[in-house]
Amino acid sequence: MADILVLAEQQLGKLAKASLHAIGAAKILAEKTGGTFEIAVAGQGVAGVAAQLAGFGAAGVVALEHDALAQYTAQAYAQAFGNYAKASGARFVVTAATSIGKDCAPRIAARLGAGMAADIISIEGAAGALVYRRPMWAGNVIAHVKVNTPTVVVSVRPTDFPAAEATGTASLVQSQAASVDAGSLRMQYVGLEKVESSRPSLTDASVVVSGGRGLKEPANFALVEKLADTLGGAVGASRAVVDSGWVPNDWQVGQTGKVVAPKLYIAVGISGAIQHLAGMKGSRTIVAINKDADAPIFQVADYGLVADLFGVVPELTDKLAARKG
Amino acid sequence: MKILVTAKRVTDPYSKIVLKPDRSGIQTDNVEFKMNPFCEIAVEEALRLVDAAGGGEIIVVAVGDEEATKEVRTALAMGADRGYLIEADESKLDSDIVARLLVALVAKESPDLVMLGKQAIDGDNNQVAQLTAEYLGWPQATFAYKVELTDGGKGAKVQREVDGGVETVQVSLPAVVTTDLRLNEPRYASLPGIMKAKKKPLETLTPADLGVDTALKVETVGFEPPPSRAAGVKVKTVDELIEKLATEAKAI
Repeated sequence: MADILVLAEQQLGKLAKASLHAIGAAKILAEKTGGTFEIAVAGQGVAGVAAQLAGFGAAGVVALEHDALAQYTAQAYAQAFGNYAKASGARFVVTAATSIGKDCAPRIAARLGAGMAADIISIEGAAGALVYRRPMWAGNVIAHVKVNTPTVVVSVRPTDFPAAEATGTASLVQSQAASVDAGSLRMQYVGLEKVESSRPSLTDASVVVSGGRGLKEPANFALVEKLADTLGGAVGASRAVVDSGWVPNDWQVGQTGKVVAPKLYIAVGISGAIQHLAGMKGSRTIVAINKDADAPIFQVADYGLVADLFGVVPELTDKLAARKG
Repeated sequence: MKILVTAKRVTDPYSKIVLKPDRSGIQTDNVEFKMNPFCEIAVEEALRLVDAAGGGEIIVVAVGDEEATKEVRTALAMGADRGYLIEADESKLDSDIVARLLVALVAKESPDLVMLGKQAIDGDNNQVAQLTAEYLGWPQATFAYKVELTDGGKGAKVQREVDGGVETVQVSLPAVVTTDLRLNEPRYASLPGIMKAKKKPLETLTPADLGVDTALKVETVGFEPPPSRAAGVKVKTVDELIEKLATEAKAI
C-alpha cells in the first residue's frame, strides 16, 4: 500500500481544481520519502471522477462509495476518509486547504491520532526530519513545524504547490463501499446557495482586480468589475467594503477572506491594511491605483499609479480593451 | 440552552507583527493583546442564541497563561455567566491539546453547543473545533454565517461560508459551531457589565486537573519573516502603466 494518501475533492461529480495541487504536494512528498502515493475520492457515483484521477502517476485510485456521501458533510466524509486511511496504513494524508479540506481534515487527524500541519506552503527537510512551512499571523510570520506522530495529516495551500500534470500512465482504479456508520451521523446537507458568476473563481484566476473604500459607493464597483472582465479576471474586495455590505463576503481578499496569488493583482482604491496585504502579497505583479500617495498598498506594489481612480480606471479598461482588439 | 464558548487571547489584529531579531518568536513589546475577533463573534452569537432559546447558561473558557483571565472577564462582561481559565504555557500547546482540554470540559459541563471562532488570528490553524467535534463524535458547522435553533432547541440550521457560496446544514445538538465574520456584530461590554463580571465565578484549572496529556503532536521549531516585497515604481499615466505591464512584467 502507498505511504501517502491524497484525498481528492469532488462536488456533484466534478473534480476540484485544488485537488491537483494536493496531488502536486503528494508528489513532492513521495520524492522526499521515496514512497508512492494513492488517491482517494469519496461520494456517491464517483467512478467518473476516480477515472479522471488515473493519469497522474498514482499507485492507485480508489472511489469510496456510500449513500451517506451523496453530498459533503463533515461527519460522514471524515469517517469514510479516516477509516480508509487507517485501513490503508498511509503514513501521510494530504488534502487541499479548501473550505472542505479545512472542515474535514482535522476530523480525519483526530480519527488517526495524527498531528496535522494546516495550510502548509512548502515541505522541507529529508525523510524522517520533515519540516512544514506554514503562514501564521495572516502571513506576517512563516512558521516551521514538525509533526511528532507516526501518521501525519497535512492540508496544503493550493497556490503554493504546483498542479500535478498528466504522466501518460494509467493508475489502477477501484471502487469500494466506504466505511461509514450511518447511524452515528447527526448532520444533513440542506442546500447550497451558489454565487453564480461567469468569472473565474478568486483562488484560480490569473488576474484579480479588487476594489476598496476609495470607490466611495457600491454602484461604483462596476468600474472594478468592468476592468476585471476586460482582463478575464476575478473580482476581489477589501474587508472594509465587504463589512459595509457592498459586495458578497466571498469576494473578500485578506487574512479573514481568500488568499490569492495571481499573475496580476490590481488594487483599486484600497489603502492596504495589513489584513488585506496578507491575502495578496504573494501575487506575481501588483498594481495599485490610489489617490493617496502615502497609502501602504504602494509599499508592496510593483507599479503604483497615484491618481483619481474615477478617471484612470475607465481609461485603463478602454485602452486594455482596445489592445485586445 | 447551555453553551460553552471560547475566548482566546491573541495579538491585536490591527497591530504589526514582526519577528524578534533572533527569530525565536514575535516581538511583543508595544503589541496589544485582546480576544480573538472570531471568538468575540462566537460569544455574541452564544448570547443571542440563549436569548432566542428563552434562557440558558453561557460558560466561557480560555486556554493560556494567567493574563488570559482578562479575555474570560471580557466575555463575562459581554454577558456570559461563568468562566474557566485553563492555565497552560501557550508555547507548549498545539491544536490537539486544546481540543482534548475542551473535550474534558464538555464531559464536566455537558453543553448543548460548543462555539468557537473559525480560527485564531495568531496561529491560523483552524483545527480546534473540528478536532473537538470528532473526539466527541458530534456534528459540526464551521464558518457560520447564520445560526437558527430548530426542533425546539434540539437542532440548529446553520448557513456556512464555503468556496463559491453559502451552504446550509442541519445539525442535531449537541454540536460544535465555528463563527465567521459576517455572523454578527459583537457588542461592547457595558460599564455595569464590566462591574458585574468581576463577581461572576471564574475557575482556574490545569491540563492535569482535566487529565489531559500535554505531549505535543505538532511542534513549532522555528520562524522566518515572510519574503519581503520591495516597493516598485510609480507610474505617471495609464499609458506608462500598460507599457510596463506589457513589456517589463509581461502580465498582460
